[in-house]
Amino acid sequence: MNINATLIGQIIAFAVFVWFCMKFVWPPLINAMQERAKKIADGLDAANRAERDLKLAQEKATSQMREAKEQAAQIIEQANKRANQIIDEAKESARQEGERLKVAAQADIEQEVNRAKENLRLQVSTLAVAGASKILETSIDVEKHNALLNKLAEEL
Amino acid sequence: MAGNSTEYIKHHLTNLTYGELPAGYERADGTVMAESSWTLAQTSQEAADMGFMALHLDSLGWSIGLGALIMFLFWRAAKKATTGIPTGFQNFVEILVEFVDNTVKEGFHGRNPIVAPLSLTIFCWVFMMNLMDLVPVDIIPKLFELGFSLAGGDPHHAYMKIVPSTDPNITMGLSLTVFAMMIYYSIRVKGIGGFMGELTLHPFNVKNPFIQALFVPVNFFLESIALIAKPISLALRLFGNMYAGEMIFILIALLFSAGLALGLLGGVLQWAWAVFHILVITLQAFIFMMLTIVYLSMAHEDH
Repeated sequence: MNINATLIGQIIAFAVFVWFCMKFVWPPLINAMQERAKKIADGLDAANRAERDLKLAQEKATSQMREAKEQAAQIIEQANKRANQIIDEAKESARQEGERLKVAAQADIEQEVNRAKENLRLQVSTLAVAGASKILETSIDVEKHNALLNKLAEEL
Repeated sequence: MAGNSTEYIKHHLTNLTYGELPAGYERADGTVMAESSWTLAQTSQEAADMGFMALHLDSLGWSIGLGALIMFLFWRAAKKATTGIPTGFQNFVEILVEFVDNTVKEGFHGRNPIVAPLSLTIFCWVFMMNLMDLVPVDIIPKLFELGFSLAGGDPHHAYMKIVPSTDPNITMGLSLTVFAMMIYYSIRVKGIGGFMGELTLHPFNVKNPFIQALFVPVNFFLESIALIAKPISLALRLFGNMYAGEMIFILIALLFSAGLALGLLGGVLQWAWAVFHILVITLQAFIFMMLTIVYLSMAHEDH
């Protein structure tokens, strides 16, 4: 239990061990630990980000789906409207066509009637002459009675 | 039996001392030194007569051996340290490093890269030195005696104290290094003036410079005692605890030679004391580290 040079030896040994620890033991260990801590923090961060991204993507997908549905509904509605319109148009044009045909037919009929009347008028004089000659048993001078006949025909 | 016990205890408390004996010194075995030379002390009296120029080969050997062992293990773990999942010994070392790092962060508020490795070294080294206390007291000394007599020495002179921290040289060596660092960093951080001011302007401080001048010697006296008490208490606390613990192990070991019943009782007591001592050695290592951190933190604090 004497104080002697062991003290000096211990001081030197202590200094060497502390130097060694500071140089070769502490830095690699603490660096490895800090790096690992950083890696874990980064990993957690990335996981959080991924979760957020996933959520965003899901929201986006949902909204796109809804939009698509709305668009589809709109398109269908438009198509329906268009179809109705086409039908209406077709109806209208058919009605107009019918009208036109009816008008044309009426015109034709009128024309035929007029033509028939004309023919009839033309033939009335002949028939009248023939009738009259039958009645009178004589021939009638056409030229003599032409004026009378023409008057008759005009009255028809 | 009584004389035997005294001898047994004395033998256990004597270091294996290697030092210089002067010419004309009469040794324990009756021979007289022809000229002064370095030799192993045969008795504790010889060891004392060697003066300061002597080495405790056992304390120093175990101390350096244990320190080297722990540094080697740490160095290997540090070399293989991966940032991936730590396994086995790396895990253990990292727990220690993290524990020390947290303690330093809590206790030390300056910026100094040496404090954390210093604390780790102190904690692990002191713990290892204390741990030798748990090796049954007679095993290694007996083996050493055997080896010593095989090598041609007198087994009565084969001293072997295996717990370095029961040697005040070892604990003083640690605490004086810490003390030197305290002084060094005090002066570096606060300047020589700041350091002297810390020693002379507290605890009595008055505005009037003339009255203050009267207080300076008083302050210096008080603060010097406070300063010097730090390394001494640091060393003696560890030494005292370990020495007392070792002493009790030795005293209990005396029971082994006192019959079967007492021997068995001694075995139980050794075991019980060892279990209790697990707490003591860890606590003392922690206290030494903690106080080192606190002292160095105080040295870094500028008022």
